[in-house]
Order: sequence, then structure tokens, then C-alpha cells
Amino acid sequence: MEIKIPEVGESVREALLAKWFKKSGEMVKRDEPLCEIETDKITLDLNAEATGMLTITVPEGTTVAVGAIIGMIEESARMPVTEVTAPVTDLADKLAAPPSSPSLRRDMREQNITPDEVEGSGKGGRITLDDLFTSIEEKSKMPPPSRPATNVVSEAVLPERTNAAELPVSPPVDAVSAPLEINEPAQQFSVRSEESPSYSSVRDERRPMSPLRKRIAERLVAVRQQTAMLTTFNEADLTHVKALRTTYREHFLQRHGIALGYMPFFVKACIEALKEFPMVNAGIDADDIVYHHYYDIGIAIGSDKGLVVPVLRNADHLKLYEIDQAITAFAGKIQTNHLAISDLEGGTFTISNGGVYGSMLSTPILNPPQSAVLGMHAIQERPVVRDGQVVIRPMMYLALSYDHRIIDGREAVGFLKKVKEYIEEPEELLLES
Amino acid sequence: MSETNSFDLIIIGAGPGGYVAAIRASQLGMKVAVVEKRTTPGGVCLNEGCIPSKALLDSSELFAMARDRFALHGIVVDSPHLDLRTMMLRKEDVVKKLTDGIAYLFKKNKIERFHGTAVLKGVNPAGRHQVEVALAASSAPNDLQNLLDPPARTFVVITAPKVILATGSEASALPGISFDSNVVVTAREALSFEYVPEHLVVAGAGFIGLELGSVWRRLGAQVTVMEMLPQILPNMDRQAADTLYRSLRKQGIQFKLSTRITGVRKIGSKAIVQFNSGAGSEEVDCDKVLVAVGRRSLSTGLGLEEISVSLDEAGRVVVDDSYQSSVPGVYAIGDLVAGPMLAHKASEEGVACVERMAGMTTRVEYEFIPGVVYTWPEASSVGMTEEQLKTAGIPFRSGRFNFAALGRARCMDETEGFVKILAHLENDRILGVHIVGPRASDLISEAATVMSFGGTARDIALICHAHPTLSEALREAALDVHKEAIHA
Repeated sequence: MEIKIPEVGESVREALLAKWFKKSGEMVKRDEPLCEIETDKITLDLNAEATGMLTITVPEGTTVAVGAIIGMIEESARMPVTEVTAPVTDLADKLAAPPSSPSLRRDMREQNITPDEVEGSGKGGRITLDDLFTSIEEKSKMPPPSRPATNVVSEAVLPERTNAAELPVSPPVDAVSAPLEINEPAQQFSVRSEESPSYSSVRDERRPMSPLRKRIAERLVAVRQQTAMLTTFNEADLTHVKALRTTYREHFLQRHGIALGYMPFFVKACIEALKEFPMVNAGIDADDIVYHHYYDIGIAIGSDKGLVVPVLRNADHLKLYEIDQAITAFAGKIQTNHLAISDLEGGTFTISNGGVYGSMLSTPILNPPQSAVLGMHAIQERPVVRDGQVVIRPMMYLALSYDHRIIDGREAVGFLKKVKEYIEEPEELLLES
Repeated sequence: MSETNSFDLIIIGAGPGGYVAAIRASQLGMKVAVVEKRTTPGGVCLNEGCIPSKALLDSSELFAMARDRFALHGIVVDSPHLDLRTMMLRKEDVVKKLTDGIAYLFKKNKIERFHGTAVLKGVNPAGRHQVEVALAASSAPNDLQNLLDPPARTFVVITAPKVILATGSEASALPGISFDSNVVVTAREALSFEYVPEHLVVAGAGFIGLELGSVWRRLGAQVTVMEMLPQILPNMDRQAADTLYRSLRKQGIQFKLSTRITGVRKIGSKAIVQFNSGAGSEEVDCDKVLVAVGRRSLSTGLGLEEISVSLDEAGRVVVDDSYQSSVPGVYAIGDLVAGPMLAHKASEEGVACVERMAGMTTRVEYEFIPGVVYTWPEASSVGMTEEQLKTAGIPFRSGRFNFAALGRARCMDETEGFVKILAHLENDRILGVHIVGPRASDLISEAATVMSFGGTARDIALICHAHPTLSEALREAALDVHKEAIHA
């Protein structure tokens, strides 16, 4: 059975084969994840469609077109048996290496130095610890060569195994070169300190940006350059929403299997406000302004791969619990790499909740061709004045970033004020929708 | 996943490979769990191998000495009689003290022990290996209750990014002859016979067969060792093996070499062993048959096939030089991988395996692993044999010194055997050392040390050895490499 790069979305023509979870020759089971592919929009796991032996034809790190064949699963294959070959010991080589102590040999491996790079000053060319230090210092003066992928150790340092005693010794084989985790010492030519190395000695690490990250970076810069983005702020008193949630939480949980969140209220509030300020739901296309008579609301969700913004289609027709369920479903899909490109396409307005990370106040960035984005923040108990009295209320700062090219300040401020009012008096939402 | 069942490292098997790896990993800052099916840690080595067999070897040696050799020293005692029960109890006490010691070390290093059997269940979505442990019934709290109403087996699943398999090995049976734990037995039962057998037949002239054969011979049994090959200890230096062979025969052990055991007929608690030494089928009566024809890696029942861990044709786990198997995160050490099945080799691999996980570049230097046969005289070796050097075409010089010419050996009345040193003809580097004689097991470590440092025969010759000691034999042999021995 061939393994193909699947269709992931309309606009996606190619994908990066980011990582193979399995090795060529390995047995795989149906539905087991085989590899991870990355497009400029999402990251997906590709699962095995059959049980059998995997043959990889395209190595990881390659960019491949949609529909390309990247490997095979041979269904009739049985478990492979790797030959354990007896050690080939080249004794002549071994004896050519100058004498040294066991700990010194380990130090040399650690510093990636072979014995022929060190001049032994001891009897019979014996390498001493001082000889090694001298050699390390000399080497550090030279420009560092490109690092080998693994700790390559000369066979000569490591007189491979001869038959030790009772039984012939076969060494562990390299035949199954399983990938080592990132455990290599970071500094190559430093003189080893007296302390034993700690569990992780990595200080700097350089990794290529994933296509998703690169795309995010490009887009963010483009937004800054190509729009006239401004942000307006307000704050909302969540006393009523909070009370509603507390009152109906149990009931909601029983009926819909979901604890009512804050987000659905904001989605509803925004849609009502968008109806009053259609420009905020519009976008610029060349010299035209495109008004949308539907409300597709993007919900920004953070993941370890970056921020993704799945879209709630026709959110104006959704009930509060349906909105909550849809968002939970998106979060699940993101975690398991199962989000589809179609989940991300379109969108007329976006809501971003920095509050989940504890943000007090920040300016969200536009998601073109949309013209506005609402930023939610952390709910904090703050003193506010009500009827001439200082009282403590659960407050949230709200931020609206908008494209000043089509939205005037008056509209932006008015829109945000409407959102605030709907949130503070959610009863009005009921009356309006 | 609860915090209590998630670890940095899970080790399956608490033998000399597993328990040493566990302690080292804990020293390196890892949170370690060890799954062990026995109630006590230590594996075969401590519970039914190296340690109990050495306890019996030492006891039986003292017994034989009192019986056969005290008179020579001018010590006159009535013929000593054997209290086998006490001898066995002492052996069990030695084992208990040592296994308790490991249990203490586990506590001290905050290593969590799970008593039961483990099965690998693959990787969970978080990328952690899942190990399902079927807890042994005795780890349930109320034993009486369990007897009345046996509980369903309790399972726990523990997870870690890395798992070391250290399940060791078990004795192989002769083809067509199964163990019955009474007449046809493994080394485990041969360490706990309730009486001295009249006639013990040992199948296999490897070190296990020779050691246990020696024990029961000294305690009065007639012992016959049958070996398929024409020689004992086939991988040992020939001179050393021949000397040991003569010595063991002198002690009264009978050998039938080039002999194939074709069947065992059991009659009550006795047996008739059928064998063929090339002159047709023969039979011999005996009351115990110890089968010591090799050991087999315990790689089944761990769920290895299910998660696609590659095994070789002998059922051993194929690993790379970091002891990682074909499945990332699954490692194997000791008897479960290629190489000699030795406790100290397993321990070395355990340390190297976890140190490499921690980013160190430790390697086991297999060529310097010593091997010991604890007969009396003992036999030990490190490095290459004379035969191997000849086959490899490496030019060498040999030096040899007999214990008969050594003062201390004379005092001890232990004059059998010799030390033999093989050094490179051109650069004098020591390539192999073979010792047959008193305390050969302890003497070999000087040889292993010098070889690890790339030392020469002259190095040993130039090191001052105390007088009078057995170690002088090593120096004299080193001098003999250049034909400069003082006492030869």
C-alpha cells in the first residue's frame, strides 16, 4: 500500500514532511501515526492505513507535493530480523593507538577528539591528561569545524571488543541506528570541568523554523506594513455574566455536557455589535469594500505549534452551548493534529482571548482580509464606582484592533462600547437575538 | 496520568544489570521505577546464581579441606561430618543479607519498586512508553483474605519516556529432556539439594556445570560431567583449560567428553541417563541430572513483538551502541543482548546505558571484561587467548610462571596452576592474561587494570609486588615474557 500526502485544503499544494515517527523496515500497525506533515497553515499526523512493514522513500525534511508517494507499507511482511554480526576487530589498528587510561578515553570521546590528534608525552607515547588539555586548547584556537551529527569516535580510541573471556563477545550492533535524543554535549572544545555533567548540558540550540512558524512570521510583518492598524480600549463589568454562569452551570453541564464558558457570550455580543456596525465585519479587496452578510467568527487558540484560528461558521445561528461545544472540539483537534484546513479558511471577524494566559491588557493583531479583531483579557476584581460608591467588581479590559483604512475611530469605539454593553447586560442579548 | 505513576525511567528486572542501572540513574537525577517479578531484588545473580553458588563453594571447600588436608598441616581432627542443612541456611542468610542491602539502596536512592510482571504497551499520545505491571498477589495487603478469596490480578500502568529491559536469562533445556525441578534440574535446584546425591550427572562442562559439580564432589557425591565438545570450557585458553581439567579429574570428577546425552529415563527419584560417546548407546544410573548447557535470553512475554522491537535469531534484543533497540526509548542490557552472560558485564552495560542517556560518552570496553571460573583451583582470564592470537595472526610473546615455584603458594599448600601473560611481540602491550590457581578470581583484576591502561609486560615487571603474596606470580610471569624471571 502506498503512502500518499493527502489533500488537506483548497489552497495547499505542498507540504513539508517534518518527521517520520517510524523507520524504514519497521513494522507498523494500522492507524498508528507514521509521520508528521506541516503545511503553511497546519500540522497533521499521517496514520498508517494498513499493518505491515514500512519502507520510506522520501526522507524527512523534504517538501513534497500533495498526492506524492512518500513510502510503502508491505502488508505481507513479517517482523524483520536484524543480523547480529560478530565483531570485526582490526587488531592492528587497535595496537597502533597510543596507550591511555579508561577515564582519559572517555574524556576524548566527550571532546570528540581522536587519539591521533593528541601528542602523547608519556612513556611509549602514552597520552596523559595534560596532553589532552593541550590538544583541546590548540583545537579551540582553530575555527571550529562543522559538527558531526553524532559523537563519532575513532575505532582506535575504542579498541572494539575482542573475545573477553568465556564466550565470544559480540558488541551491540549499529544495524538499527535508532535516533539518539538530544543528549549531546553542547560545547565541543571546552575543557571539561571537574564536576560530572548534569542531566542536560545543552545551552544553545539552533533549529530551523517550521513552515507554519515562518508563515506566521511573514503574515504578522505584512499586517503591520499593509494595514493602518489602530487599537481602541474599553472595559467590561462581568458581574452579570458571571452570575448567569454560576446559576446555570450545573444545569448546563447536565443538559449539554459542557460547562458554560465566557467565550460564547463574547461571540454573541460581537455578532450583535457587528450587525449594528457592518463595516467592522467587512474587508478591503483592491479598491472595493466587501460587506459580508454572514458572521464567521474566528477563535484564536494557542498550541505548541503556534496560534491557530479555527472559524465558527454562521455563528449568528449557533446557540450558546453550540458555540462552546464547537470551540472545545477545535481545541481537541488541534491537540491531536487533526484540524483540517477547511476549519481555518474564511472568517469575517476574530476574537482572541489573551486572558487564558493571564494577560491584563494587550493589542491583538489583525487577521487580513478581516478588518477587526477583539482582544479579551483576564478577569480581575477591581474597585469601580457604581452610583457614587466604590465597589469591587470582576472587570475585564477589552481591546479592539481595527483597520483604520475602512473603519473610523467613531465606529470602532462605538462597536466596542456595544460589545461592552451586551456583556454587562446579557439580558439584552436575549431580547435582541 | 497521575504523577505517582509517571517516571523518567522504568527498568524491568532488578538483577545486576537492572539494579545497578537504577541506582546510577537515580544518582544522575532521574525518577526511576523498577519492576521485578521476584519478591527480592538481585536477580539470578544474587538469588540463585553467583552469590549462593559462591557461598556453597566456600563452605564445601572448607569441608573438603578439613577432611582431606588438615592432617598435612598437622591439624588432627576426627573425620568431619556434614550438616548440609546448616550449610544451606548459611547460604540463604548470605543471600538475604545481600538482597536486603539492595532493597535498602533502592530506598536510599528513592527508587520505586513494583513487584510483578511487566508488559510493554507502546507509546501514549504524549510520547511516553506505557508499561503495564501485573502486581504479584503477595503485594496485596491481606494475605489470609487472598487465600480465602483470591483477588483478581491488579494491574497498574506506569509511564516513562525511556524503558530499560533487563530481564536476564534462564537455563536452556536439553532437546527432548524437560526440567522437573526434582531429578532433571537447573542450577537453581542444584544449589538447594536436600541431601548429597550419590551420583550427580552434569550436562555441560561450562563454568556453571564445573562449579556446581565441584561443590557436590567435595561434599561426597560421585560426579560425572558430560560434554558434547571434545574439551571443557571451549573458549578458554587451552593450556589453562587443560590444567583445570587435570586438576578436576584429580579431585575425582569424571568427564565424558565428545558425549551426547540422548535421553533420561526416570524411575522414582532416580534416573538413568542415556548417552553416546561415539561407541554406541550407553547408560548410567544417577539420582540427579544438572543441565547446564547454556542460557536463553528472557525476551518473551514482555510485549516486544507487539511494539516491534527487533530480536536476533537467538531471541536477544538487537541494540545500538547506546543499548537502544529498534524502538526509540526502549533499551536493553545484560543477558538480554549479545555478549557473554556475566553479571559484571550486565552491570557495566547498565551504567553505560543510563550515563549515555544523560549525555555522557561512557562505553563498555568489552575487551577488558574478565571472566572467572570458581572451581578450586580457580581459573580466570582477560583479553585474548593464545589460540585467538594465532588465528588473528598477531605476533606475541608468552610468559608463564607456576604457582609451585611461589613462596606464598607453597605456604598455603596451593601449588597447582600458573599465570600466563601474552604480550605483543613488538610493543610489549599485554593482549591477554590467563590464570589457573588459588584466588585467580582476585588476581585477574591487576591484569584487567594494566590492560585497560594500555600497559606492557614490562610495566607489570617494574611494579613492586609485596612479598610473599600470590600476586608475585603475575610479576614473575611478566618478567618471563622477556625470559627474565627471577624464580624460574
